[in-house]
Amino acid sequence: MDIVTVAYILGGLTLGSALMVILSTHPVRSVLYLIVTFFMISANYILLNAQFVAIVNIIVYAGAIMVLFLFVLMMLNLSKETEPKSSIFMKLAAAIAGGGLLTVFISAIKKASLIDPSTVVNADQGLVKNLGKVLFTDYVLPFEISSVLFIAAMVGAVLLAKRDKQIID
Amino acid sequence: MLLATIFESGLSMEYYLILSSILFVIGVVGVLVRKNAIIVLMCIELMLNAVNLLLVAFSTYFGKADAQIFVFFIMVVAAAEATVGLSILVLIYRNARSVDISIFNKLKG
Repeated sequence: MDIVTVAYILGGLTLGSALMVILSTHPVRSVLYLIVTFFMISANYILLNAQFVAIVNIIVYAGAIMVLFLFVLMMLNLSKETEPKSSIFMKLAAAIAGGGLLTVFISAIKKASLIDPSTVVNADQGLVKNLGKVLFTDYVLPFEISSVLFIAAMVGAVLLAKRDKQIID
Repeated sequence: MLLATIFESGLSMEYYLILSSILFVIGVVGVLVRKNAIIVLMCIELMLNAVNLLLVAFSTYFGKADAQIFVFFIMVVAAAEATVGLSILVLIYRNARSVDISIFNKLKG
């Protein structure tokens, strides 16, 4: 099979599973479709020669974040019956707004002219060796600052999830 | 080691531009249409992933690694955002016994 056909099929599967995320009524099913979407996006990354990002996408998104979502969903014990429904007017307004936004995007893309990469592109940029070099030379300060962000997020999450005795009594 | 990019085998950049635009719009529509706050958070993740896909596509198109570093940082911020957002949701559920996003009306003074 041609690799361009593979890219088209992967794009179709990505869009289909992303649509199922917002169309399925059961929250758990929504989360599972989102995991499928992330795997499809990872496959797209591999097709684009970005192996490191593909693996990190699977580990961080499908592995960590979605497990967190699924865990909270199961803890809250939501089901199809407790799922809040939005009105048909709201759905129509959202569809029109989304269609308008998509029209703006597509027309902007059609108007824009892409610069052709003039030099011969070296395609092994996505390998761990090259990315590590760039990350630890040019982007070492943002990398260190992101660890501070993680500490802040962790402390915030613990503080929020802790039961406050004064509120309960 | 020299790999051939997918753009050399005939795929145009417009394909990835349109694909990630549609993915982003699906996320926007999801935020507008769903009332379950957890699904709204998931749709935000979907929008972030649409941007990530476009960044990686441009990184391969121009042969520059910087965009993939940005993807890395977006993932870091998304992980932190999901953690804090979900713990806020658990807190709201504990008080209101619901994750319906319209109960945030109470935040109005």
